[in-house]
Amino acid sequence: MTRIELTVNGEKRSDDVEPRLLLVHYLRDVLGLRAANVGCDTTSCGACTVLLDGKSVKSCTVLAVQAAGHEVVTAEGLSSGGQLHPVQAAFRQEHGLQCGFCTPGMVMAAVGLLSENPHPTEEQVRTGLEGNLCRCTGYHNIVRAVLAAADASSGGGDQPGRNPASAEVTA
Amino acid sequence: MSILGTRVLRTEDPKFLTTGGVYTEDVVDERLGGAYHVTFVRSPIAHARITSVDVSAALEAPGVVAVITGADLAELPAIPPAAAGLINPAMEQRLLATDKVRYVGDAVAAVVTEHPYQGEDAVELVQVDYDPLPAVLGYDPEDSSLLFEAAGTNVGGYWGDPSQLKADLFDGCEVVVSHTIVNQRVAPAPMETRAAAAVWADNGRLTAWIPNQGAQGTKAEMATRLGVEASQIRIITPDVGGAFGAKFGADPEHVVVAWIARHLGRPARWTETRYENLIAMTHGRAQQHTVTIGGSRDGNVQAYRLEIVQDAGAYPRIGAVLPMLTILMTTGPYDIPKAEAIAKVVVTNTTPIGAYRGAGRPEATAALERAIDLFATEIGVDPADVRRKNLLAPFTEPHRTAFGALYDTGDYVVALDKALAAADYPALRKEQAERRASGSVRQLGIGVASYVEITGMGDGEGTPPEENATVEVHPDGTATILTGTSPHGQGHATAWAMLASDELGIPVEKITLKWGDTDLIPEGGGTGGSRSLQQGGAAVQQAAQELIEVAKQRAAAELEASAADLVFDKTRSAFNVAGDPEASVPLTQLAENERLVIRTVFSQPGATFPFGTHVAVTEVDTETGKVTLQRVITVDDAGVVLNPLLAEGQRHGGIGQGAAQAFLEEVVYDADGNPLTASFADYPIVSATEVPSYELADMATPTSYNPLGAKGIGEAGSIGSTPAVQNSVIDAVAHLGVRHIDMPVSSRRVWEAIRAAQQEHGPRAGSEHS
Repeated sequence: MTRIELTVNGEKRSDDVEPRLLLVHYLRDVLGLRAANVGCDTTSCGACTVLLDGKSVKSCTVLAVQAAGHEVVTAEGLSSGGQLHPVQAAFRQEHGLQCGFCTPGMVMAAVGLLSENPHPTEEQVRTGLEGNLCRCTGYHNIVRAVLAAADASSGGGDQPGRNPASAEVTA
Repeated sequence: MSILGTRVLRTEDPKFLTTGGVYTEDVVDERLGGAYHVTFVRSPIAHARITSVDVSAALEAPGVVAVITGADLAELPAIPPAAAGLINPAMEQRLLATDKVRYVGDAVAAVVTEHPYQGEDAVELVQVDYDPLPAVLGYDPEDSSLLFEAAGTNVGGYWGDPSQLKADLFDGCEVVVSHTIVNQRVAPAPMETRAAAAVWADNGRLTAWIPNQGAQGTKAEMATRLGVEASQIRIITPDVGGAFGAKFGADPEHVVVAWIARHLGRPARWTETRYENLIAMTHGRAQQHTVTIGGSRDGNVQAYRLEIVQDAGAYPRIGAVLPMLTILMTTGPYDIPKAEAIAKVVVTNTTPIGAYRGAGRPEATAALERAIDLFATEIGVDPADVRRKNLLAPFTEPHRTAFGALYDTGDYVVALDKALAAADYPALRKEQAERRASGSVRQLGIGVASYVEITGMGDGEGTPPEENATVEVHPDGTATILTGTSPHGQGHATAWAMLASDELGIPVEKITLKWGDTDLIPEGGGTGGSRSLQQGGAAVQQAAQELIEVAKQRAAAELEASAADLVFDKTRSAFNVAGDPEASVPLTQLAENERLVIRTVFSQPGATFPFGTHVAVTEVDTETGKVTLQRVITVDDAGVVLNPLLAEGQRHGGIGQGAAQAFLEEVVYDADGNPLTASFADYPIVSATEVPSYELADMATPTSYNPLGAKGIGEAGSIGSTPAVQNSVIDAVAHLGVRHIDMPVSSRRVWEAIRAAQQEHGPRAGSEHS
């Protein structure tokens, strides 16, 4: 077992983990943060995407020990105070999710994409999300949601973060 | 104003977007405390005799509690083939293979461990000795190597009688075209793989959490496989991460996990890997079609024959039944005077075939729409014109086809013309002509596909399709709906709440939908075959209306008025005495006095038949064969739309999956039956970069079969888009002499087809470098 210390969704964590434990399993099984899902064995589907120091990574391909000393944000940590993050709100507004399995990873990938490129074209959104698979939506509304989120944040001009203008979590 | 027909945002979304859905692997329940983990040992060989299974080394591995083999399950009955009476009864499956393995992925043993990682390690230590046999593959499997010796053949059975095909079917046709085409094997690949969590209570009752499309059907199959009374089983459906037809019933692995939990007296859990999912969850399609089409030189189709070979995979499951639906929809939306269809079902050393989005109907449409294009090309008439000339005239009284399908309502020519107009078809043809004339390397293809499909069919044995719903209003002003349908992305929580809200005057966000717990909802048909809204939704509306009637009688007593004098004010969810607004009683008060709950069953006279036309535009690089899907324009008429947001989402998803089959996806085996597409790194599952945004045009021809006027929309997208995209790519290179390319119309296949045409016809304008 190896001792790791890291920050997850703003909280300091300290745990003993098996060196081969994947970050996604650490988040799900040790911390009980189960929004990130495992959808494949080959780093292809992106259902496990989280932010590591602000960049989107596939947490099935990061060992928990590699995250030691770093900051992790999951879908659970994106909204705050009952408010959806603008990207989450846009996914709801544009019906960018159906079964929901790819959704937490897709949202985190979109947040990562918009932080690097706040005003992407449709083609850039599609390219940016190529590593995140969705079997339900045909991608149409996911792309619209990301473009809408970019539009919504263009007024404020900040990088993706908590936005007081976002929709309430409750329906 | 009614909420019906409006774009209500999904009430289920906030959870999925923040904490995520609670899928089977996410379920935390005290009953599952200390659960063992099950890992399956799967055959690495397509066809072999099992000569021995040695579990001793695995039993020594860390964390291993038990290793279960087929011998341990000898008490459990074998799984008979689907379509009893039609498929050879010797083609049965053991829950774990005993004497033989019949496909790569066939489960041979189950390793039970304390933790999941230990299972991954220990399966490597189970020593299975195999005596390999020749692998049987393809659509014409010879009987030299039999999958089931007792059957004496690799032919499972026939739908229809080949000896009854008419030799003179095409007599009188000026033109007859025939082609053999493959509707390839694809993987449903829901993002959530299969899983199970099972526990037996002290009273001998099983509770199992399983991702499924209908808990009641899963319960029935689980009871049969385990040989226990259905009353001893409770199935709970957590959130389900996509299904697409492949999560109906109880698979052998689900049964084994439940059996292990009972055998060891501890809860047991299983989540398959994506590798397992791609080799051991049922695949879809896998039909070979020989189409023959005949007619006049001016474009009248006079005769059509469809000869199907269904590859059922190693064990005949739902795949063996799919040809029934394909045959039912043989002539699609066309008025073809003479038509016939038959199917042969064969077994091969491949993953069993099951339902996949459309399940038998996309195959019928793909075959027919390719045949129409082959015919149009042969006579030199625009394929859209050939379609218009042969589509059935509009009808509002049901139309019976020669294959027994009873189409409820249809207006096919309008759907075609709307799609062509939305695409600006003449402009596309003009651009295509210009590119052909200029010899451009990048040629334009325009594909058209018209379809009609069947949704919400019953059990196929004459029982009218039906569904139940329960609606209860609570004293606190909320309401609960119980449904026999089983959403896994379709948005029933929102849609069913809209229907109840519209009757009860209770806001959508105060209405909770429950499904998929067989103790709470013992009966139900689940979600599949695009049945849910037209039957399950209609049942919710009917239950809410019946609840209002019951409430009205109670309100009359409460207000000491005649029920006939009461009006229900939806804005206040209260009954008023007409002309006396002071005399009022809300539903909440009535619910406070006495439980206000209604269960009802909605029965539909028959299946409904949505229809439409898809137009696909592709660009094909004639030097490399590269295909770029530029546009997909669709008209999908599924009757009256309850929530356009949800209906469009269903269309988008179907279009994406259908297009993916046309030009990307295929499950591939090598000559020895080894799967070559067993990961998402190898299976070319469609991503966001390969498809465009879709262009949807509206059309709504109501059905009279339910009060909503709604038909099914879940599968239409995949039925129209597949042949539209395939036809489009072939159209792009048709002027080079190419007549057909099998799906997926990949770059390699397109390039090879161009080369073959050049060798046959010599280079033509358009193939030259520019």
